[in-house]
Amino acid sequence: MIVFLIYAAVFVSAFALVRFIVGRTATGFAARKTVTFGDESAVVPDRAASVVSVLVIFLLWGAFTGSRLLPGFLHAPGPFIGDATFSYTAEADGVGPDEATVTVRVFEVGQTVATPTVDPGEGWAKNDSDTVGAWRSGLIRVAKNDEATEGHRVTMVNGQPIAPGLTVETTYGRIGMSPKGTLNFEPAKGWQMEPIWLPAPEAVVARLTDIAREGYRGASLWEHLGFSLFRVVVGFFFGALVGIPLGYAMGLSNWFRGWFDPIVEFMRPVPPLALIPLVIIWAGIGELGKIILLFLAALWIMAIAARAGVSGVAIPKVHAAYSLGASRWQIMRHVIVPNSLPEIFTGARVAMGVCWGTVVAAELVAAEKGVGMMIMVASKFQQTDIVIMGIVLIGLIGFGIDILMRWAEKLLVPWKGRI
Amino acid sequence: MSGLGIENISMRFDLPNGRAVQALSDVSLHLSRGELLSVLGPSGCGKTTLLNIIAGFLAPTSGQITLNGHAVTGPDAERGMVFQQGALFEWMSVRENVSFGPRMAGRRARDWAGTVDHLLDVVGLKDFHDKAVYELSGGMQQRVALARCLANDPDVILMDEPLGALDALTREKMQGLVLRLWKETGKTIILITHSVEEALLLGERLLVMAPRPGRIHSEYRLPFADMGVNADLREVKKHPDFAARRDEILGMIWDMEEEIMGRPETASETAGTAGV
Ligand SMILES: Nc1ncnc2c1ncn2[C@@H]1O[C@H](COP(=O)(O)OP(=O)(O)OP(=O)(O)O)[C@@H](O)[C@H]1O
Ligand SMILES: [Mg+2]
Repeated sequence: MIVFLIYAAVFVSAFALVRFIVGRTATGFAARKTVTFGDESAVVPDRAASVVSVLVIFLLWGAFTGSRLLPGFLHAPGPFIGDATFSYTAEADGVGPDEATVTVRVFEVGQTVATPTVDPGEGWAKNDSDTVGAWRSGLIRVAKNDEATEGHRVTMVNGQPIAPGLTVETTYGRIGMSPKGTLNFEPAKGWQMEPIWLPAPEAVVARLTDIAREGYRGASLWEHLGFSLFRVVVGFFFGALVGIPLGYAMGLSNWFRGWFDPIVEFMRPVPPLALIPLVIIWAGIGELGKIILLFLAALWIMAIAARAGVSGVAIPKVHAAYSLGASRWQIMRHVIVPNSLPEIFTGARVAMGVCWGTVVAAELVAAEKGVGMMIMVASKFQQTDIVIMGIVLIGLIGFGIDILMRWAEKLLVPWKGRI
Repeated sequence: MSGLGIENISMRFDLPNGRAVQALSDVSLHLSRGELLSVLGPSGCGKTTLLNIIAGFLAPTSGQITLNGHAVTGPDAERGMVFQQGALFEWMSVRENVSFGPRMAGRRARDWAGTVDHLLDVVGLKDFHDKAVYELSGGMQQRVALARCLANDPDVILMDEPLGALDALTREKMQGLVLRLWKETGKTIILITHSVEEALLLGERLLVMAPRPGRIHSEYRLPFADMGVNADLREVKKHPDFAARRDEILGMIWDMEEEIMGRPETASETAGTAGV
């Protein structure tokens, strides 16, 4: 919640700051427009905003994970590390109340620490010492070294009354009491995230170079990525190979349209993920099953895109071609197919995106290699850095695929959207 | 028998709601080779329908079209068509569009290259032959469409409001171009237009059609097209006969509209299909 508030504040202040520093930088035709609100074409992404946006994400990530890449003053308050002390007042049968102090050494999980040595002190209640990991909590058995044990009970911490269910806040953390009367110390967590929830950026990068060099679970990083990509490309290829002619047939023949309409319209809203169990039952979890799944994911999208491409041909074009003497086959080849290319490219972009998402999901369910498998296995071992690294890679590759498709589109159908 | 014969053409569209529209009723006409006919008429009188039947895109309910003695049964390269807009192939360059007909006929490039270059020159697009058609203005696109039709060397050219989407100035230039090409090539041309002036300027013969049912209302023979071939079109428009003819035809179309709209029983009868 706090993070979202900070994010909103950064958003607003970055806007004000960039405006203040750069001023109105819009140049060219768009800058000459007096009406921009509501004119979608006048909205061009502000590149400064994009840069700041990405920086802010990393900044917040670093600040809330105590990243070493950031100067300390930018860090969100970290967890308490060091020696915490508090006092308790105990009562026991036959003796008066007595007070003693507890010293708890809070350490970073993963490091070994020695229990601090303390002077037992005066009175029957003796001073205690213990250790607790940061972000963890620990029972502090203060009674174990006290001399009066009959009817031993702790009544106050730092002078404030305590009982099962009550807590006492100190600058070092929170002290509570279990139903049996044992004290429980929870060191102050601060605002930073624990590495097993969210590792620092440098930890993720370190893990990436590590895995790029050593591999993960018996396969190199490139193999994991390569297998995922290979499945997508093969599945998409066959989906397009069958789907495009199917869509053409549906756009050109009553019989094909009638026959396949119910199938296509029924399969279209079924998310490919819902097919995973069935495909696993039928084809197993091997390569074949995944490729069938991706084939099915791409098939309907490509068929519908090709059908829309054929249906979208302007009748004057077809008529013109006929009266210029073209045969049916020539009209197919020179008019209908090129005319459908923009739609097919749009479909291909969607299908590629869906396939990429589906392959990752399928690998989450079952796979020996692949990015999805990598993050799934890592999550079972709480290797959050690998999980995050995998997610970043998945996003980057998906983005890369889309850029590639857009580039191919610009090259092959330059007239798209210009008619 | 040479020329284009339109013999007792009737066309009825059966609508899904059980009604029927009589788009054309017993239209007959004969065009000799090399004649230029312009067609005028209120919206919905069946002009486009007639053109589509001549082109072979529609089969008439009754009657037949003949060209040089043989019956028309479907579209063919002997009858070229120029549409109002949107009929160019965006995926081809200007030159590829213009050479589409010869290429589809399987003719070799060296056989058609000369004609295509000449036509591009005639329509003033020599320097644009490599351009994509979506990079051209509307007037340039119509010139490409005209050149594409001519490159295929059809006997008859059918034009459905070919200049309707152009601005006044471009339109005037294009009118001159159409006249020149008509004289040079000697094609039989049917040109549908909504502009009385254009119909008078370009039409050697002028057909006025009446709606519901679509039929020939009256026909004129005009001298202006021949005058326009050699003179500035603006001079032709200043000719006293031109103004007289224009007023006559405009008045007639007004009377026709009034007659149709003014008859209460007709209006109620056709309320479902009448476009007001
Ligand atoms: N495919 C069709 N189905 C049903 N009715 C049609 C069809 N095509 C044309 N019509 C009807 O036939 C009549 C004549 O139409 P047409 O398009 O030939 O008119 P037009 O003279 O070309 O009109 P405009 O000047 O507006 O282009 C109209 O009433 C129209 O509604
Ligand atoms: Mg029309």
